Amino acid sequence: MQTFFIVAILFLGFLITFQIAKTSEYVSVLKGEEKSRRQSNRINAFLLLAFLIIGLFGVYYCNEVFKGRLLYVSASYQGESIDKMMWITTAITGFVFIITHIALFWFAFKYQESDKRKAYFFPHSTKLEVIWTVVPSITLTIMIGFGLYYWFKITGEAPKNAMVVEVTGSQFQWDFRYPGPDKVLGKKYYKDINPAANNPLGQVWDDPANHDDIHATGEVHVVVNKPVKFIIGSKDVIHDVGLVHFRMKMDAVPGTPTTMWFTPKYTTKQMKEITGNPDFVYEISCDQMCGKGHWSMRGVVIVETQEEFDTWMFSQKPQYYVAFPDKDPSNPAYKPDSTAAGNAAISTGNNKAKTRQ
Amino acid sequence: MHANPEAIMAHEVQHDGHHVHHQSFITKYIFSQDHKTIGKQFLITGMIWAIIGGLFSVLFRLQLGFPGESFPILETVFGKTWAPGGTIKPEFYYALITMHGTILVFFVLTAGLSGTFANLLIPLQIGARDMASPFLNMLSYWFFFLASVVMMSSLFIQTGPAAGGWTVYPPLSALHDASIGSELGMDLWIVSIALFVVSTLMGGLNYISTVLNMRTKGMSMTRLPLTVWAVFFTAMIGVLSFPVLLSGLILLFFDRNLGTSFYLSDIVVNGQIMPNEGGSAILFQHLFWFLGHPEVYIVILPTMGIVSEVISVNSRKPIFGYMAMIGSLFAITTLSFLVWAHHMFVTGMNPLLGSFFVLLTLLIAVPSAIKTFNWLTTLWRGNIRFTPAMLFAIGFVSLFISGGLTGIYVGNSTLDIQLHDTMFVIAHFHLVMGVAAFFGMFSGIYHWFPKMFGRYLNPTLGYIHFWVTLVGAYLIFWPMHYEGLAGMPRRYLDKSPWVSFNQFGELDRMISIVAIIVFAMQLMFVFNFIYSIFKGRKVTTQNPWKANTLEWTTPIRPGHGNWPGEIPEVHRWAYDYSKDGRDFIPQTEPVGANEKIEH
Repeated sequence: MQTFFIVAILFLGFLITFQIAKTSEYVSVLKGEEKSRRQSNRINAFLLLAFLIIGLFGVYYCNEVFKGRLLYVSASYQGESIDKMMWITTAITGFVFIITHIALFWFAFKYQESDKRKAYFFPHSTKLEVIWTVVPSITLTIMIGFGLYYWFKITGEAPKNAMVVEVTGSQFQWDFRYPGPDKVLGKKYYKDINPAANNPLGQVWDDPANHDDIHATGEVHVVVNKPVKFIIGSKDVIHDVGLVHFRMKMDAVPGTPTTMWFTPKYTTKQMKEITGNPDFVYEISCDQMCGKGHWSMRGVVIVETQEEFDTWMFSQKPQYYVAFPDKDPSNPAYKPDSTAAGNAAISTGNNKAKTRQ
Repeated sequence: MHANPEAIMAHEVQHDGHHVHHQSFITKYIFSQDHKTIGKQFLITGMIWAIIGGLFSVLFRLQLGFPGESFPILETVFGKTWAPGGTIKPEFYYALITMHGTILVFFVLTAGLSGTFANLLIPLQIGARDMASPFLNMLSYWFFFLASVVMMSSLFIQTGPAAGGWTVYPPLSALHDASIGSELGMDLWIVSIALFVVSTLMGGLNYISTVLNMRTKGMSMTRLPLTVWAVFFTAMIGVLSFPVLLSGLILLFFDRNLGTSFYLSDIVVNGQIMPNEGGSAILFQHLFWFLGHPEVYIVILPTMGIVSEVISVNSRKPIFGYMAMIGSLFAITTLSFLVWAHHMFVTGMNPLLGSFFVLLTLLIAVPSAIKTFNWLTTLWRGNIRFTPAMLFAIGFVSLFISGGLTGIYVGNSTLDIQLHDTMFVIAHFHLVMGVAAFFGMFSGIYHWFPKMFGRYLNPTLGYIHFWVTLVGAYLIFWPMHYEGLAGMPRRYLDKSPWVSFNQFGELDRMISIVAIIVFAMQLMFVFNFIYSIFKGRKVTTQNPWKANTLEWTTPIRPGHGNWPGEIPEVHRWAYDYSKDGRDFIPQTEPVGANEKIEH
């Protein structure tokens, strides 16, 4: 019934508009075409001017309405460069936007058809054309300069002390892997991926570096004020690690690892205070179309102090022990392995156990 | 074959007025070789596609504006599989956005735009009886028609059409298991676009050779109207870049169906381990964007030409800086091939390589600025008539400025890190190449409708159409920038799982309502179009807009061959408006003895 009404109203609107248009055509024949043409010319010229004024006010209004809903301060040091660049660009383009729009609509209004004036034959002026080739070139050079300066700063090599985390996207979730105490991520091979055997990332268990690697799903913990480097990959299609609050983004491409690094500036707790929102969390959004669940492919970044991080890390069990419970020293069924690789693994495991105690 | 087709044609045409033409309905309206009819065929097919593509956007705007709400009519129309309970399923949503993009970019704003105006205007404005190869021209339309049929059929198969975004990035588009849209729908997409490329190439080669070889006496290249220059450069871009897309798609087809690994490596999809190793998913993006970026200029250049012409005619002033306009078209054409990777700043590309693309991308702003300032100067001290065509041209300039300036944001890799794949990008390209190109196209349709059909479109409806569309376009796309600045990713069906992106609920609702109104207004335009073909006010003068160009020297309803007698000779450029106290001086008028040639 509702649908019927909407369709009926739309149809009626159609009909009325059309009748108005039709009538105006007859009226113009009666009134004299030239006269009615001039009248509509005046109306449209006036509307263009009105559009300029209301439009510029609308831009101001939008800024006022939305400024509270945009991003908060950058949660990473690198993001601050991006924010600066954003302001530089907005200042320059905003100026050009306003000037050109005033010129466009003001000229349209001012130079509407009139018998009192003849159009001015003005086919070209080398001086003017040089001006608006050179001035934009200089302005753009400035913006390119700033842009590339920040770009290289952000995309350069990660600092040596950066914490390394591996991020893996798959339809439609995020997996994370920490290198563990040996600070080396173990080798992976995609054909070893087998979630049923507790190997969702395809870790090669023969590589002892894998034996202390920690695996987590959905949530990644990082340390405030400590650079973190993400090594990003994907199991199936292209995803994208979007960290909106850190102003960071990098594709996750199957078969081609990518990297990104940044230094978190505020812990999640601090950010809750800054935003005044007790529910605030840093989110990871998938920013590359990846299938039907793309819109819900969400992850969470928890930024915390070193102590909090260490406590959390301590509570984690390496994926190796999840896959092979009998290799876990804390398991009553623990059986020491006799192979060399097994020995190495056990010794790392023991060391870890010791350091943790 | 015939010794002199032109003479034969002229001979036929001379007989036109005396007795009934010997063409049957089929050769006259369906398999026609008359460039004007082919132009109309492109236009009407494009309009049908535009209605479908627009309708799709209304459907997904329903979902975006009213997430979770039920519209029972959707279930009635699309069935329980796609819209159970009257809500749009994710698969359906992604199919809708994919087809919306594909249809609008390729079928409407490439074929519908270039196909219409290149066909209609090139022979009429350069003074030729028809295209260099009318037969190839006809084939160009029929390949486009075939492409349309294939794409249309993909809408009706069980697994639905392609649903991986209009950019069809593999592996999503390459793996049958990755998405329901990557089943048969994707194969049909590839076949359709392949046919489309063939159509574009046949059309493009024809446009180029016609412009180069068939200009009438006196019509030097620097006397061509800017419309012809614009479609000429557009054809060049198309001919040079579409084959690259075709090759990329062929490789994609192999990966999908023949087990090759061009784009695939190390993949486990749906628990299934794929054997492919060593391919590069990013390779496809390079091949795709090598067309994909020039494509946006294929969309915008013809409308730049149209707008230059319409603004000049209706300001009663020569276009300012004619040579600079050609130069900037040329600069844009050249640069368009050198910027493709700015779509890929965050794919893990080498940052140094990215920096070159930043430089070249932002360089495009220079010719764009030249064009904008030249349009503004053309308006300055003019004597402006606000025909619907002129209003749309002014709207074009406004939208081009608004959308173009945000290009300086997303073209700068530093900012692109934050803005890539957010609603900001949606707002940017819809303004600058979506709505702006539509405005240019509308401008062209209102302006040349009298030439196409010998009647006028109803101007009052034209004014209403313009104002509703202009205000609506800004209401839809301006606020979207803020969503993007807040980081809201594009192609999100529902923001309710998110803490960071759910603050724009009312805004999304407002945008959806405006989108529906604007869409209804376009239907009004289509109605005006059809009604006016049959019942519109008749054109009574040969040159209703008092324009200089050659198309207005033909009869009001020109037959095949365009001019009943000799093709007129050209003596001057197309922009002698308000010169020496005269309102306009047609190109056919010889230069006076004391006349100073400014150009």
